[in-house]
Amino acid sequence: MLCGVVTFLCYLWFAPVVTFHNGCLPGARHTPTPGHSAAVPNSFDHVETGGRAMILTVSFKTLFAAAPPPPQPGSVGRQIGQSYPSLPPGYQGMAPPTNSGPVHPPAQPYGQPPQPYQQVEQLSPSLATLSLQSQTPSALRVVNLLQERNLLPTNAITAPTPCLPQDLQKINCNPDVFRCTLTSIPQTQSLLNKAKLPLGLLLHPFKDLSQLPVVTSSTIVRCRSCRTYINPFVSFLDQRRWKCNLCYRVNDVPEEFMYNPVSRSYGEPHKRPEVQNATIEFIAPSEYMLRPPQPAAYLFVLDVSHNAVQTGYIDVVCQLLLENLNSLPGDTRTKIGFITFDSTVHFYNLQEGLSQPQMLIVSDIEDIFLPTPDSLLINLNESKELVQDLLKSLPQMFSKTMETHSALGPALQAAFKLLSPTGGRISVFQSQLPTVGVGALKSREDPNQRASTKDIQHLSPATDFYKKLALDCSGQQVAVDLFLLSSQYCDLASLGGISRYSAGSIYYYPSYHNQHNPSQTERFQKDLKRYLTRKIGFEAVMRIRCTKGLSIHTFHGNFFVRSTDLLSLPNVNPDAGFAVQMSIEENLVDMQVVSFQAALLYTSSKGERRIRVHTMCLPVVNSLSDIFAGADVQAITGLLASMAVDRSVTASLSDARDAMTNAVIDSMASYRTSVLTIQQPGLLVPSCLRLFPLYILALLKQKAFRTGTSTRLDDRVFAMCQLKSQPLSHLLLMIHPVLYRVDDLNDEGALNINDRTIPQPKILQLSVEKLSREGAFLMDTGSVMYLWVGRNCSLNFLMQVLGVPNYSALPQSMVRLPELDTAESARTRTLIGWLREQRPFYPILHIIRDESPLKAEFMQNMIEDRTESALSYYEFLLHLQQQISK
Amino acid sequence: MEAAVFILSLVDCCALIFLSVYFIITLSDLECDYINARACCSKLNKWIVPELIGQALATVLMLVSMHWFVFLLNLPVASWNVYRFLKVPMGNMGVFDPTEIHNRGQLKTHMKEAMIKLGFHLLCFFIYLYSMILALIND
Repeated sequence: MLCGVVTFLCYLWFAPVVTFHNGCLPGARHTPTPGHSAAVPNSFDHVETGGRAMILTVSFKTLFAAAPPPPQPGSVGRQIGQSYPSLPPGYQGMAPPTNSGPVHPPAQPYGQPPQPYQQVEQLSPSLATLSLQSQTPSALRVVNLLQERNLLPTNAITAPTPCLPQDLQKINCNPDVFRCTLTSIPQTQSLLNKAKLPLGLLLHPFKDLSQLPVVTSSTIVRCRSCRTYINPFVSFLDQRRWKCNLCYRVNDVPEEFMYNPVSRSYGEPHKRPEVQNATIEFIAPSEYMLRPPQPAAYLFVLDVSHNAVQTGYIDVVCQLLLENLNSLPGDTRTKIGFITFDSTVHFYNLQEGLSQPQMLIVSDIEDIFLPTPDSLLINLNESKELVQDLLKSLPQMFSKTMETHSALGPALQAAFKLLSPTGGRISVFQSQLPTVGVGALKSREDPNQRASTKDIQHLSPATDFYKKLALDCSGQQVAVDLFLLSSQYCDLASLGGISRYSAGSIYYYPSYHNQHNPSQTERFQKDLKRYLTRKIGFEAVMRIRCTKGLSIHTFHGNFFVRSTDLLSLPNVNPDAGFAVQMSIEENLVDMQVVSFQAALLYTSSKGERRIRVHTMCLPVVNSLSDIFAGADVQAITGLLASMAVDRSVTASLSDARDAMTNAVIDSMASYRTSVLTIQQPGLLVPSCLRLFPLYILALLKQKAFRTGTSTRLDDRVFAMCQLKSQPLSHLLLMIHPVLYRVDDLNDEGALNINDRTIPQPKILQLSVEKLSREGAFLMDTGSVMYLWVGRNCSLNFLMQVLGVPNYSALPQSMVRLPELDTAESARTRTLIGWLREQRPFYPILHIIRDESPLKAEFMQNMIEDRTESALSYYEFLLHLQQQISK
Repeated sequence: MEAAVFILSLVDCCALIFLSVYFIITLSDLECDYINARACCSKLNKWIVPELIGQALATVLMLVSMHWFVFLLNLPVASWNVYRFLKVPMGNMGVFDPTEIHNRGQLKTHMKEAMIKLGFHLLCFFIYLYSMILALIND
């Protein structure tokens, strides 16, 4: 047991101690590496040189509208007057004997001597007021999980608030964008190891934001040594000098920065928008470009083999493209192109001036070439009519095809060749296993093994072709998005590589068919619309910096890690999430706070080079109880899920399952032995981690990790891809769906947004005991919603909401709520509509009754209940208790 | 004969030492961001098989010339090389994979391995040198 625990932890959390110093490069590790080194050759001198006239415009509308993040409802501000004596160095590893969890008010914020300067007061606020917003004491309230049931809050859970001075917390980054698993960072690696909780960040850097301050300036102020962007957590030593909060270098304030465009005053650098907002966007000057910003370029690669034509997806794609041709993000330079493929690859010449699109067939798939390289990817505005012609005729062109083979590999190679001079986005629609040419795959799934409790095979790719091609694409700023529409096995594990390493996204519509599966079609249409019209960033790179002493050692998400902290993202989309794991390399003694900064440099679809910078600041603590008090259970779950996906691919699924269980056991055991003073029987956890076992159980029962329940290999692999690349908010719904009772909706506690009243029913535990035959229940799993109607559901609900006279009149499958003119119907529809608005992609609604075939899927999400192959929540808790007391 | 075997091993060993140094330099270049992961891995993967052959050659030479101690010293390293080469997953681009080298401290593990190998080859170098001189004197 212990052995397994230790190996997992070593693997994940220990940074190997050996650091090598290259003899011929003395101090090479400390050489300042230019930010976005690839994109900014020799940018040092340019950026830092002062004296040039600065054009600075701030979009005032957004700037002033940018309200501070709303106060977290769960956090109560508390003033702590007394200072907590810090332990002498020799005792720092030890836990304090109490579990009351007081926080340490920083006696000297930032470890800097107080400056007798006016501005200091504003910028190191806690100097003046030793006020500290404390963690709610309730975070450490001891909970005995075996006794207290109904721990699931009835309303949505919010992220814990880091215990920072209030003025720092007020400007801290929004937790939706930037979140850390531990809101209090341990001082040393040994302390972190003792807590047995993973340390990592979860990011959603390109999230659609309603308010974002944008700054245009010829000089972007950055630290000379570590290239950190100036942010709200730096300290101004005096008016002319600022101290970097990541590397502690003292930098000069450039002349231009002295002028504040917002207040139109001079000499107040700390009031500039850069220093007032933790999330800000810069319009980058030419130093941040290696080449002129690329135009938006979209290439659509469509499977037109017999199988694909049968599903009818081509009609949907062409129809949606026709409708959204004008709303594709881009400017006058936007380029578009089409490739179709079966066993040969077809190109479409859309050169301006042709009377109709010209189809060119290349049957030599062994050595693919572009027949007319100049006229395949064309300017959308100039050739719009030809494109429209093509989209209108494409669905009919292949309707009689009998070709069953699919040459995906050669088609992708051709697409890469076509886009490599510009960079851009390839959208691939694939409906079967690629069978001919390079990258051909064989079916590896054994249907008899789907429900096996033994280890699942074939979670890793069968060939390195897709990975290699993805890296080539990444090098040329091309991203590949994969739409998989298939009823049979497609080997997503291998195919997925093409998107995973080129920063694309993967969409999967199992059993897609236009006629036979209308709900899937509806979802595909909505998703595709969102996909085509959402914001997009091209030729992007993201760098994540953290305060000296912390280092990032593992990355999760879809991208290619080009160098130690630089992620290469040929495309970035607003629906992509990232996670990183960190270790503490040097002890963070003397530090009250640490900061993290994610800077995303991208080309907007309008051809502007922009930098979006997010900065987050977190306190450093030196006691285990404080670490536990600051644990963010949702973020921990999200990070563990990503880690477990890696583990199941590199080792095995059962290893990953064990590792997740051990993560709970270890942290609880550590809490019990190191923090709790009174040893009581039972399963004791701090209140902030009370949902940890539930979430881990949910993960164990998730499609990606479950065993013993029939799961198709592609479904499983897709779930794994999702776990790694979704932002946390979507991830949590996937892991732990939300259940509401909706037959008795009322306006109590309802939200009011734009004159709409959105009912807020209580969130129920995922257990059959919460269901009743008299009610109707809505389950939201992120991508699918189920409305389960009980047999004895009130006639009122059936008639007013579902529009049927009685239960037996309810059809077997129903995917839409009728729009009835009743208060009940309006309420239910508003709730569902509101839930749908919360996420970018459109969840389909299934209205199910007892006999519906989908009921099994609904019931599988009842994760607190026992199934044939998995433990119930209570049994799981008993198992944990048994392991802890071992 | 004896001397010839050791001279050959010595040359082989020198090549392996150079290779280890090359590995270390390339990996530390990657660590310092002087080259990107893709370039580093394709550079290093090219030399995996030569290294494997070089090490196997030394091992076989010791076996046929019946120097059991040196043979047993070389055997674990040779088997490790073969094992490492064979256990590469099908979806990876070789022992060094650019998409994984920055994850889970792999870079540091590779670096540690290269350092250990360098130490081992240096040790072997002196053993061969000593044995060669001894053999030449005995002749």
